[in-house]
Amino acid sequence: MAEASGIETIKAVVEAKKSLPGALLPILHDIQDALGHVPSEAVPVIAAALNLSRAEVHGVISYYHHFRQHPAGHHVLRVCRAEACQSLGSEALADHAKATLGCDFHETTADGSFTLEPAYCLGQCACGPAMLIDDSEVHARLTPEKFDAIVAAKRGAE
Amino acid sequence: MTITVFVPRDSTALALGAESVAAAIVSEAARRGLDVNVVRNGSRGLFWLEPLVEVASPQGRIAFGPVTAADVASLFEAEFLTKPTHALCLGPTEEIPYLKQQQRLTFARVGIIDPLSIDDYLAHEGYLGLKAALSLTPAQIVQIVTDSGLRGRGGAAFPTGIKWKTVLGAAGDQKYVVCNADEGDSGTFSDRMVMEDDPFMLIEGMTIAGIGVGADRGYIYVRSEYPHAFAALNDAIATATAQGYLGDNILGSGKAFHLEARKAAGAYVCGEETAMLESLEGKRGIVRAKPPLPAIIGLFGKPTVINNVISLAAVPLILARGAAFYRDCGIGRSRGTLPFQLAGNIRYGGLVEIAFGPTLRQLLYDFGGGTHSGRNIRAVQVGGPLGAYMPESQFDTILDYEAFAAVGAVLGHGGLVVFDDSVDMAKQARYAMEFCALESCGKCTPCRIGSTRGVEVIDRIVAGKERPKQVHLLRDLCDTMLSGSLCAMGGMTPYPVLSALNHFPEDFGIAVEAKAA
Ligand SMILES: Cc1cc2nc3c(=O)[nH]c(=O)nc-3n(C[C@H](O)[C@H](O)[C@H](O)COP(=O)(O)O)c2cc1C
Ligand code: SF4
Ligand code: FES
Repeated sequence: MAEASGIETIKAVVEAKKSLPGALLPILHDIQDALGHVPSEAVPVIAAALNLSRAEVHGVISYYHHFRQHPAGHHVLRVCRAEACQSLGSEALADHAKATLGCDFHETTADGSFTLEPAYCLGQCACGPAMLIDDSEVHARLTPEKFDAIVAAKRGAE
Repeated sequence: MTITVFVPRDSTALALGAESVAAAIVSEAARRGLDVNVVRNGSRGLFWLEPLVEVASPQGRIAFGPVTAADVASLFEAEFLTKPTHALCLGPTEEIPYLKQQQRLTFARVGIIDPLSIDDYLAHEGYLGLKAALSLTPAQIVQIVTDSGLRGRGGAAFPTGIKWKTVLGAAGDQKYVVCNADEGDSGTFSDRMVMEDDPFMLIEGMTIAGIGVGADRGYIYVRSEYPHAFAALNDAIATATAQGYLGDNILGSGKAFHLEARKAAGAYVCGEETAMLESLEGKRGIVRAKPPLPAIIGLFGKPTVINNVISLAAVPLILARGAAFYRDCGIGRSRGTLPFQLAGNIRYGGLVEIAFGPTLRQLLYDFGGGTHSGRNIRAVQVGGPLGAYMPESQFDTILDYEAFAAVGAVLGHGGLVVFDDSVDMAKQARYAMEFCALESCGKCTPCRIGSTRGVEVIDRIVAGKERPKQVHLLRDLCDTMLSGSLCAMGGMTPYPVLSALNHFPEDFGIAVEAKAA
């Protein structure tokens, strides 16, 4: 995302949402959806608008697994590692993902294409192992081969 | 003549390629000059058959599945729009035994209608419950829900009507209805299906709850892992508002109910109702001490009804058909139906809504068909990550809240996660502790610190270091967590841990003779 427009985006989101009851999470979601993460510049803007301390805003951002404070790769892969997926080999799948991407959970590939994150159930538990890409695209019954094909397709589309 | 073909938009169907199947059907039909209307329905919940394509026929819908985009040309070649001859044909959908043997009350419309069509909803008994409610007093509505015997489907099984009565009786000009759609338990997807595949039912249930307790505002707290559910709810809320089913003057009754879906942010503990309230208020999801009950001091300090998706989704039918209709199914104090979710290593995974009363074994084998891998079932975790692992010797337990409690297990949200005989139960116990450490809100020491200690102790047991002493330590630790935790996160993590240890000691390197120790 364009860096220059970051602060403008943040201000626009805050302005649009600040009067909602309990506005903080909706604001953080909108910022992350637009910018890919919640940059530190957002904290004082949000704090001022919601009449909170910066520490409070920061405390909320860091509490929730979903929010990231640093940019992610082009695509965020959330591989499920909860029980139902475990029963169908998600651990081996995660190991495969780490090995082929060359990064661990919470890390980004060297070329900046993918960030690998764990998920704890994606509601696809009858058809695991499952993965969610970019918080929108769901995949089920994954195998290492299917995983590789999905990753290759994403790379090809760039 | 236009022929209607149904291709699900449920996210499990999408995850298995339904989008490309739908696209292929549209283009193949166009290429052949056939008049096909593709409707995107929800899923029937027979997930091993997804993507399940259905063709409308004078004899009812004919099912084909699982269909991939690559199968589409051959389906047309076999004239699947009019002939049930293709190898993937499953015959009339309603005759598939897995579906036919269910008692679908809450899920009656799911997979049948277009989830985003309010006309479809209305044509299938939709909004009859609200219409009935609008002719009743709040106290009558609450009484009907009480009489139905409905208990909370989110885990704790607390009687819904009693909760509503407390909120109705609470003083305050502002009250709220909050729907808990955080569905964080592994092995569960019934909430997701309701939201994606029949969202108006949840909206109707919440509206009835609002009228019943005197709340004019509601929130649905949807987990961020459910983007499709969130989108479907927003679409349906907009439609319901536009058509006068939500807003300042519901169906001209003068009663108001406003509804908003809010996105969670990936903290399991925010499924705990008071942590959820904190999160909705824009704070860190830390569990509140009870009392005060949220029914008295809840969201933004106001009286609040909090219910799970399935609890609220059961309400429209109860109002439309009466309390007795619902109460008449079930067993003991478990009335009505529960949409069970067959998950994990299971051959026929999916949604099975049946009345309480059959055994776990019937679900696992008669519906589930054993494991996906073809090996033996060794353990089943029922009720999510805080639920016990049940061994074969407990498979005859009756599906009933009290019967499960009697064997130290929990029915919870009705999710079953099946493991075959390759599972390492010490590893599962370790994961339970690890998950608790990861998701603990940090408020109480036994949960926050105990879970991390638990991982270490299990590691030492498995490594064989001072095993008897460490096993003793693990039991002590579990006792402390059980008794010293504010909520079930710390308080029930011992369930999966101790059940694994007690029923599968050999996986911890403990001789089976010492099992009772
Ligand atoms: C750690 C934890 C997680 C929970 N997660 C959920 C959840 O995801 N969905 C849910 O409905 N209830 C969940 N609950 C139970 C809720 O606290 C609460 O009992 C429920 O939402 C009440 O609704 P009901 O009476 O309709 O079941 C959870 C409880 C705990 C302790
Ligand atoms: S038991 Fe755990 S999750 Fe629950 S309140 Fe205590 S620290 Fe928080
Ligand atoms: S456990 Fe992986 S999708 Fe539910």
